[in-house]
Amino acid sequence: MKYNWNWGIFWQLSPDGRGTYLDTLIAGLGWTLATALSAWVIALILGIIVGVVRTTPVRWLRLLGDAWVEVFRNVPLLVQMFLWFFVFPELLPASVGVWLKQLPRSAFYTAVLCLGLYTSARVAEQTRAGIQSLARGQRMAGIALGLTLPQTYRFVLLPMALRIVMPPLTSEFLNVIKNSAVALTIGLVELTASARSIQEFSFQVFEAFTAATLIYMFLNLIVVAGMRWLEKRVAIPGLIGPGQAMPQAGH
Amino acid sequence: MLTGFDWDVIRRTAPYLFREGMTFTLTLTALAMTGGIVFGTLLAMMRLASYRTLSTAASGYVNVMRSTPLVLVIFWFYFLVPWIGGWLLGATRPIQVGAFLSSLITFMMFEAAYYCEIMRAGIQSIPRGQMWAGYALGLSYWQTMGQIVLPQAFRNMLPVLLTQTIILFQDTSLVYVLSITDFLGAASKIAQRDRGGLFRDQLRRVEPREAAPAPAGGSEPVARDSGRAPSWR
Repeated sequence: MKYNWNWGIFWQLSPDGRGTYLDTLIAGLGWTLATALSAWVIALILGIIVGVVRTTPVRWLRLLGDAWVEVFRNVPLLVQMFLWFFVFPELLPASVGVWLKQLPRSAFYTAVLCLGLYTSARVAEQTRAGIQSLARGQRMAGIALGLTLPQTYRFVLLPMALRIVMPPLTSEFLNVIKNSAVALTIGLVELTASARSIQEFSFQVFEAFTAATLIYMFLNLIVVAGMRWLEKRVAIPGLIGPGQAMPQAGH
Repeated sequence: MLTGFDWDVIRRTAPYLFREGMTFTLTLTALAMTGGIVFGTLLAMMRLASYRTLSTAASGYVNVMRSTPLVLVIFWFYFLVPWIGGWLLGATRPIQVGAFLSSLITFMMFEAAYYCEIMRAGIQSIPRGQMWAGYALGLSYWQTMGQIVLPQAFRNMLPVLLTQTIILFQDTSLVYVLSITDFLGAASKIAQRDRGGLFRDQLRRVEPREAAPAPAGGSEPVARDSGRAPSWR
């Protein structure tokens, strides 16, 4: 029993007409990056809004925020993907649904939307934790100075909270990159899917998967290094640093 | 809009969904949790060991697992396990490994990396003096760990272990990529059966470039059985 290693496979032409297998892999990397980055933008914007909303004194807003987080966090990502891709167009008026189904690159748009919303719930949870970790006096001081509630958030609470939760946000960013692989189930040919397609065409399973794994690890390293740099730049003077928090369950 | 919906299908297929699907999902979750916590604890002990080789190997393993998407890990093990099995048994060809066993091994190995980080924090939360006290009483490493440190570490980390298990439960839905009938797999099979037309349209739409037919036989590492082809194609 011997496996035929052939690392030269990446320079061979692939039958998908895009060039070599390496090109297939690079195209996959491109889709992974595009999906993860767009989803991350959505997740940050929505997540911060929802996280803020969950700490406001307005009761119905808080409930809405809680519901958002519970729904998006407690349904498996794969199920959410299928719901957005297969069920959502059926819920719309027929003409809109058909238009949506025939949209070119609909898998990409669906993946970005789904991943963005899913991650927004997790970002919201971190933002809320960050805001709640601040001393109560900060909010009171803001109000006492005559700032409105939005101003208190904008100038007092968020600048502190977001910097404190930088490390967990880094791991959420890493999660977005990894979770984008789930989009292959709705037909997005991202990095994992392109490794699969190399395997199906050439049967060089382990070379293809090794390459994909290395690329994912490399992406991870870049993100971690970048976030470390950012963390250092925006560190709150006077704080020792975010400290060793309880380990978090997650992926 | 909602007119095409037939909610009764849930009632009609509930026995299938739960007896086949949910049973599989729960079994996989329970077994993977047990195996993952045991292996993860061993990994954590390795990471904290004073032997350089042990701790480097363990942290290397954990870091690789934690930076790879679960879907890719599922594929990795699906192809790797038959080869490793064949190599261990000295077989001439990769052995046949069922989809259940393959996914169980995957989840155990994958979740172990995450459980390891939790258990490592748990072990580190116990004051070092307790280790020394154990040694001073004449206990061995395994006795000290097993009877003094680990019971406390488990209790401290119970909430996080539980959260991780819930995540594991959700993640088992990803065995869908191996066409296994877990809870989600059962649901999607019903969807394909009842609304085949719709699903076929959808699937054609998502696979714009038709894959060339796979060359038969040859160097394919695992024998193809009927349930193998990933069902997104």
